[in-house]
Amino acid sequence: MKQEHSRRFFLKTSSVLAAFAMIPRTAKAFYEEVKNFFVPNKEVLPLTVSINKKKYSIKADTRTTLLDLLREDLHLTGTKKGCDHGQCGACTVHVNGERVLSCLTLAAMVSGKEVTTIEGLANEDKLHPMQQAFIECDGFQCGYCTPGQIMSAVACVNEGHTGSVAEIKEFMSGNLCRCGAYNGIVQSIQKVAP
Amino acid sequence: MRPFIFSKSSALSQALSKKNNTTQFIAGGTNLVDLMKKNIAQPESLVDITTVLPDKITTNTKSIQIGAMVRNTAITNNATVKAKYPLLAKAILAGASPQIRNMASTGGNLLQRTRCPYFYDITTPCNKRKPGTGCSAMQGQNRMNAIVGYSDQCVAVHPSDMCVALAALDATVTLTTKNNKQENIAFTNFHRLPENLPERDNNLPANALIHSISINENPFNKNYAYVKLRDRDSYAFALVSVAAALQLSGNTIVQARLASGGVAHKPWRWTEAEQYLKGKAATATTFSEAATMITKGLKPLSHNGFKVPLLHGAVETALQNCLVASQ
Ligand SMILES: Cc1cc2nc3c(=O)[nH]c(=O)nc-3n(C[C@H](O)[C@H](O)[C@H](O)COP(=O)(O)OP(=O)(O)OC[C@H]3O[C@@H](n4cnc5c(N)ncnc54)[C@H](O)[C@@H]3O)c2cc1C
Ligand code: SF4
Repeated sequence: MKQEHSRRFFLKTSSVLAAFAMIPRTAKAFYEEVKNFFVPNKEVLPLTVSINKKKYSIKADTRTTLLDLLREDLHLTGTKKGCDHGQCGACTVHVNGERVLSCLTLAAMVSGKEVTTIEGLANEDKLHPMQQAFIECDGFQCGYCTPGQIMSAVACVNEGHTGSVAEIKEFMSGNLCRCGAYNGIVQSIQKVAP
Repeated sequence: MRPFIFSKSSALSQALSKKNNTTQFIAGGTNLVDLMKKNIAQPESLVDITTVLPDKITTNTKSIQIGAMVRNTAITNNATVKAKYPLLAKAILAGASPQIRNMASTGGNLLQRTRCPYFYDITTPCNKRKPGTGCSAMQGQNRMNAIVGYSDQCVAVHPSDMCVALAALDATVTLTTKNNKQENIAFTNFHRLPENLPERDNNLPANALIHSISINENPFNKNYAYVKLRDRDSYAFALVSVAAALQLSGNTIVQARLASGGVAHKPWRWTEAEQYLKGKAATATTFSEAATMITKGLKPLSHNGFKVPLLHGAVETALQNCLVASQ
């Protein structure tokens, strides 16, 4: 009995002490601490997005990135999730004709814009010249980074950054390839470049 | 990521009225979305400011104004920037990747947070992320951290390349405050040193927005250079970087500008070396002396002593490259 009492006493005092040690410096920090114990309800937004010239009206959690909207909600799994932090380029798509990272784009912010993914490049059964060039020049091995590479490569040509191998490399540096198919990728771009 | 309320605004004043302690503005999202995914930023509501801030570059005979929503790529493609403020374009192109530059806004670039590894690791103490918990970098892995201007509270560096050029060119930041007034602040006073408030990166008042940036016309569009040294050739943050610009009369330096990234909590101007260069002949010896002047007072941390000679070389190279750029 006695032992039970002192054990409880120990637990009580130590948790009080621990709580004291954890008291943050400012009221704001305290609020931030407390906030972590309450998870708010998720917020859902209605969105209208145009993807590969097709309109979708969909409800999505405000936290949904364009990448997750494409893959999880619309099952357009051509766009790949690599790092999910903007460091690898696997998720590259075009928004209003410009290459961007879909993993750092909130779906809510592309409402009303035109998104093009790898699924939207080919013309029916005819591959886009860049897709064809990647096949001909061995622009990939495992293929995981390839959709992002191709979307970036198409934009690289449109932007006119194909003046030299060095320029192509610099303007393709946002797309990493763990297999190291870089030479093939550069050759593919040279093949399509004007 | 914590759930949050998302809203757009129809006017700048409306966006400003929504701002409080638990709200954050979102522009390109390249920094904020990442920080939210890592639970470093936990706003309860997000206000999309992409449609309420200027996204145009305007020029007059004396200066250029860049709206806060102008994307980084758009600056580098602008004809006036290329002709009159090429150092700015050069610095921007040395940063991030084409995809990120397409997304990143001018305002967001100024307000991007440090890349200190402990700031990003929520399991470690960090005064900037959680004030009062301590600085893990001080005794930890600090090879990417500061060599000048730090305090015992924080040794982080500001990661931007664009901001180094803006510091060198003496830009001005225009803010819009909550009562819809505009205020100007000199670029070199916009960011701050950590001192005893490492959680504050800059002097932007709470509830204010960055409206635009302006740069006065200057004679630094001929002899300029941006040298960025990093762990790989492209798509990496600077270990050290140097923006240099010279106004020359024959071989004599009339005026010089020197600023660095990767060395301090804010884009760092080397004003003493700038003064030293004034009136000197533009020779390798002068450049080397300026570099020595810059590096002699630095106090590297346990893992970043290498930044001192690296910076010395970068200063010399940048100044040399200024001469090449004139041809
Ligand atoms: C993988 C990677 C590599 C990178 N490499 C580099 C590099 O080498 N060099 C470099 O310089 N940068 C680099 N960056 C950083 C990039 O430049 C910044 O993330 C970008 O500039 C931030 O702009 P944004 O519009 O996306 O900001 P957001 O993420 O939208 O916003 C950032 C912060 O600024 C606030 N904000 C934005 N605009 C305003 C405004 N007008 N008024 C008030 N508050 C505002 C937001 O509330 C938020 O807190 C890199 C980023 C990534 C992801
Ligand atoms: S240097 Fe600053 S950002 Fe890095 S751990 Fe220390 S307090 Fe945090």
